[in-house]
Amino acid sequence: MSASTFLGYRRENGKVGIRNHVVILPLDDLSNSASEAVAHNIKGTLALPHHYGRLQFGEDLELFFRTMIGTGCNPNVAAVVVIGIEPEWTAKIVDGIAKTGKPVKGFSIERTGDHMTIAHASRQAKEYLQWASELQRVECKLEELYVSTKCGESDTTSGLASNPTVGNVFDRFNAMGAVTSFGETTEVTGAEDVCKARAARPEVGEQFMKMWNDYNDIVLKNKTNDLSGSQPTKGNIRGGLTTIEEKAFGNLQKIGKKSKYVGVLKPAEAPKGPGLWFMDTSSAAAEAVTLWAASGAVVHLFPTGQGNIIGNPVLPVIKLSANPITCETMSEHIDLDVSRILQGEITLDQAGDELMEMIVRTCNGRLTAAEALGHREFVITKLYVSA
Amino acid sequence: MIQFLVHEEADSVGVATVDVKAKDLARGVFMDSQKTIELQAIADIPLGHKIALKDLNVGDAVIKYGHDIGKVVEKIQRGSHVHIHNLKTKRW
Repeated sequence: MSASTFLGYRRENGKVGIRNHVVILPLDDLSNSASEAVAHNIKGTLALPHHYGRLQFGEDLELFFRTMIGTGCNPNVAAVVVIGIEPEWTAKIVDGIAKTGKPVKGFSIERTGDHMTIAHASRQAKEYLQWASELQRVECKLEELYVSTKCGESDTTSGLASNPTVGNVFDRFNAMGAVTSFGETTEVTGAEDVCKARAARPEVGEQFMKMWNDYNDIVLKNKTNDLSGSQPTKGNIRGGLTTIEEKAFGNLQKIGKKSKYVGVLKPAEAPKGPGLWFMDTSSAAAEAVTLWAASGAVVHLFPTGQGNIIGNPVLPVIKLSANPITCETMSEHIDLDVSRILQGEITLDQAGDELMEMIVRTCNGRLTAAEALGHREFVITKLYVSA
Repeated sequence: MIQFLVHEEADSVGVATVDVKAKDLARGVFMDSQKTIELQAIADIPLGHKIALKDLNVGDAVIKYGHDIGKVVEKIQRGSHVHIHNLKTKRW
């Protein structure tokens, strides 16, 4: 097997995953308890508790359904049990996931109660788990991957080394025709014109600029100070980053030198084809990575400076850092140490080679640091108050 | 062994790649041209923090990555520490 292939799971719709989860998905906050009970009963299944799903409306509700259905559709998921308080919205999520062809079944609690729901859902979850356990990994091409990126607790070493390492790899994936995505709308502030110029076509650049302007308007409307401490974060500042502009230029290093984005996506929206896509996201790690998982990404590249420790339940997060203090003091969180770039001991191309190797190993089944440590941050993006 | 890196020759700040102490003669490299530069630090610059490559006055733009990353709010001398006490965003 050459380095351009790996062993992955080919799903019913042809998409390729690198994990084989059976997910117990609660429709709403009320159904977390039953979902967690099922995951406790059936060892090896994965409950995804969260805080929302009740009385949301409008665009916020659309985003909620896109996130829940998208998470179930993710190719890293083999089968899904959905549990909701009432049957209608439960069925909406089941029907959305069923379009992939993967096994999915819904259970609702009203007129049944937690006890019987847990019993019925556990029986189904056990069948799915045993079925999934017999699925075999098959040879897949790297260009079949959907790779997302977002950095966190960045510092100046991110802009110097770990973000350009991701950029080096993104240029390779885009050249081979894979799907890639970046975002963090607030965090291109100061570099928005440079980001706009990286669009493949002028109208795509205009679409990006509208997303950025809309987000910036929200910041300007709600801010009570210059956002210092929030953006950049206190961690960014401790690491030497001073302004949002400085952080933004460092952030953009992740999209490489050659890649141009072919389109822009709403939060949690699936890319429509190969190439680099800009997704409108918050810069908060757990929220943003959850949106990429819901859009179908199967592996995530996460450069960190000061040591953001995020993980995601269905989307493996590969963490790299160029900060020698972070790599030494937080080694259990770091999958790849690229701090040697800072002293000129390795080039960006060599660091890119090392990251590609780590991606292939992860796709073949190596657990990331975040997976081994049990980091399963599943955080839904909420746009405004509930009804 | 170098003590700091500079993204581009046009930049007015470099980034310490080790803890630099006041009065150290620090050696840096411009990443675009690979040219070297030497200057004396006049303050402690922790790893990852910025060192001024030239004198800057209040209102001047600080340049990094070849781009404007904010405005000087307190006079900056070559070799000093550039951070939130003397550099502010022009946004927000």
